[in-house]
Amino acid sequence: MLNQVKQSILTPYGMQEKDIDTIMDSMLSAPVDDADIYFQSSHFESWVLEGGIVKEGAHSIEKGAGVRVVSGEKTGFAYSDRIELSVLLAAAKNVKAIARQGQNVQRKVDVAANRTNYYQPINPLKSLADQEKINLLRKVDVETRKLDSRIEEVIVSLVGVDEQILVANQDGSLAADIRPLTRMSVSVILEENGKREQGSMGGGARTDYGYFLDQNKAIEYGKEAVRQAIVNLEAVDAPAGNMTVVLGPGWPGILLHEAIGHGLEGDFNRKGTSAFSNKVGQRVASELCTVVDDGTLQDRRGSLSIDDEGVPSENTVLIEKGILKGYMQDRMNARLMGVKSTGNGRRESYAHIPMPRMTNTYMLPGQHDPAEIVKSVKKGLYAKNFGGGQVDITSGKFVFSASEAYLIEDGKITRPVKGATLIGNGPEVLTKVSMVGNDLELDAGVGTCGKEGQSVPVGVGQPTIKIDGLTVGGTSV
Amino acid sequence: MQNQEEINRLKNLVQDLLDESKKQGATSVEAGLSVDNGLSVTARLGEVETIEHHCDQSLGVTVYVGQKKGSASTNDFSKESIKETVKAACSIASFSSEDEYAGLPDKDRLATEFPELDRNHSWDIDAEAAIKIAVECEDAARSYHQEINNSEGASVNSHQGIQVLGNSLGFLQGYQSTRHSISCSVLGERDGDMQRDYWYSVSRKADQLESAKSVGIKAAERTISRLGARSLSTRQCPVLYSAEVASGLIGSLIGAISGGSLYRKSSFLLDALGTQILPEFIHIHEQPHLKMALGSSNYDAEGVATAARDIVTDGILQGYVLSSYSARKLGMKTTGNAGGVHNLVVDAGENDFTAMLKQLDTGLLVTELMGQGVNRVTGDYSRGASGFWVENGQIQYPVEEITIAGNLKDMYKNIVSVGNDIDYRGNVRTGSILIEQMSIAGE
Repeated sequence: MLNQVKQSILTPYGMQEKDIDTIMDSMLSAPVDDADIYFQSSHFESWVLEGGIVKEGAHSIEKGAGVRVVSGEKTGFAYSDRIELSVLLAAAKNVKAIARQGQNVQRKVDVAANRTNYYQPINPLKSLADQEKINLLRKVDVETRKLDSRIEEVIVSLVGVDEQILVANQDGSLAADIRPLTRMSVSVILEENGKREQGSMGGGARTDYGYFLDQNKAIEYGKEAVRQAIVNLEAVDAPAGNMTVVLGPGWPGILLHEAIGHGLEGDFNRKGTSAFSNKVGQRVASELCTVVDDGTLQDRRGSLSIDDEGVPSENTVLIEKGILKGYMQDRMNARLMGVKSTGNGRRESYAHIPMPRMTNTYMLPGQHDPAEIVKSVKKGLYAKNFGGGQVDITSGKFVFSASEAYLIEDGKITRPVKGATLIGNGPEVLTKVSMVGNDLELDAGVGTCGKEGQSVPVGVGQPTIKIDGLTVGGTSV
Repeated sequence: MQNQEEINRLKNLVQDLLDESKKQGATSVEAGLSVDNGLSVTARLGEVETIEHHCDQSLGVTVYVGQKKGSASTNDFSKESIKETVKAACSIASFSSEDEYAGLPDKDRLATEFPELDRNHSWDIDAEAAIKIAVECEDAARSYHQEINNSEGASVNSHQGIQVLGNSLGFLQGYQSTRHSISCSVLGERDGDMQRDYWYSVSRKADQLESAKSVGIKAAERTISRLGARSLSTRQCPVLYSAEVASGLIGSLIGAISGGSLYRKSSFLLDALGTQILPEFIHIHEQPHLKMALGSSNYDAEGVATAARDIVTDGILQGYVLSSYSARKLGMKTTGNAGGVHNLVVDAGENDFTAMLKQLDTGLLVTELMGQGVNRVTGDYSRGASGFWVENGQIQYPVEEITIAGNLKDMYKNIVSVGNDIDYRGNVRTGSILIEQMSIAGE
């Protein structure tokens, strides 16, 4: 893979491996703790069907390189879209001004660490002919429109990315990765007696477009979108107040991402700005809860064979039986906190500085039958699908917005209620988890996480769980 | 001072893109490019934390082959890359469907006058000087109060860029603009309660920025004011949106009257033109030609001339927010809003912030919102909030971990007043907004 990526990123621009050494030598002329050069090339395409026609497509090619010097807690960073020795040397000169202290670690040639590839090095854009992509969109549109006469609009999109990266570290290591990523989504609008509602469903993975043909996945997205819209047409006002909440399996795991995930990223904890700072070894969840961040799942959207600093991905235990075990780390924060990188150093592109980010964050399954969990609730909310969420990592307050939810009355799921935002306190919410289902599911593969202006693909998952008290932001007081 | 030589060089590149597209079979074409150079520095705990040198460029082309459309973009400006990009766009067009509404804007709507909008003011600042400002800003915040005990740092950013837009109807324009900012985020702690808040100032001209010290002090004041926050019991009460969050309310309105939402019927304000959507005392204008403003532009994202206009008069919706495409879909004319609105101004009322608090009397002052929680099809609204509980016009204590909910259609109609405490930092300029009643969910 390394040679293939060098061929495709360096060779076309007349660069060779020795040029990387030259740039690195320039950056290391002052004492530093860490330095890297990150090359990236990315091809992106999207196709959109709307109003029954394939209205447009877009294609983009981006490439470039970023150089970074780290010295203590200081970072110097510059990048260029021109992969040329002279340009990158100038960038290197710009960033090393930051280095006034550091270990001046000896460079050593490191044989690439053992790594496993968690996805195939393929180019998804080439996995279907363009006409076949169009046919797929049309088929989904036609099949979805057949499902209900109340359908007003169907929008189908298909997105693929072929990304290659090459990262050189100051320890002499050079690592490459080829990262396919695909995503498809269907959204519908239904109208009945002047009332409109929407529903949407999608999925994706680090694989090729064949994924959506397998078991008619694409058609199923359409069915699911229509089902959600129908449910929402019938929804009544959501309740307001603190109540027992049962979260369904899969995507509702966004709870974990917002409530604890961000708060356990190494940078916030090194700086002491997280509500979870200095809490390793303490109880932060009920003993039913074990939560991991796992970049090693085959073909998952959030998976990485190596992170953007060349460190192999890991399955990191964040919370084990309710006790906080550790944080997610990149190289810089790991060094400053005296631990090892957990392979969570990620960046949106060559033009962004790496930082600790999640991969696939999920809770391990428990003992309970999900039906039994619902049955145990006298009055509460069952939330099945969610939109996005957000967290204030300092106060610990987080939100996530239900897009499909129902009342639970006397142990039974009854009426659908309108979407509502749920709000809670990260360090507290998992201590109120009183039942965990045996039905672990991962999300369908559409998650994107934003942090300090950088977006990266992520995954979440969980079994059905019961939370004894969460604030539900409906209108029905 | 505009760098005319560089603008001309980039205009020639766009012309090359247009020519190449025609050569490859496009019947009409639109092309644009942008370059941006910048410096960002962050200081934390009195020391430099990051120095970033930004240098971004991208070019994009949209070709029409008959009524079929394709787009492609790249950050590689070489001749071969331009050829490949055009080829990719033409290839996509060959696979997309005939769309009778697709195409360039009508020629008579393209901008022909280009008054100076005063958008370009270089800031001659190097990393060292920027760090000095950031340190001064953070120092002001950290020394403001003993309860300020940690920091996410203070940042200074300076960006200068050139945008060029051209199409095969003969439109070819470019301009240079700048954007500078200072921001600061600090943490405070009281009895184990940790809070964080921030403040920022942004301007096209460095000497128009708030002083570093003032930004730091405001960040610290805001953080201190949040310490000891508690939840509220579930209730209904009046809600005052502070100016910096009120702009989001107006943003949702603009989303709902935008062409894309309307022709997809995914708006809670379908067929609202000419109807009362806000109380009579509310007037909203678009003012695209304000000097030095962040949203100012002589033309929209497809080259159509922008013009000052009324969007809401006496609470009645006067016009939608349309591009050529969405206008054609709706059987209307473009309003020069491809890419969005340019400086939206909500007429200020008579009350300053203190008077607005008095008018609120007893209720919730919201200063921060969390999550998305807005259903653009139905207008159903439910978001996480924090702010202050107010009684008899006086702030009592900070609140957090609550949600506020309602339906935007009702919320708009139930606006009681708009303050004159305008936040000038964004594309939407409004004072604080008082809503008669919303549902609060809490402990």
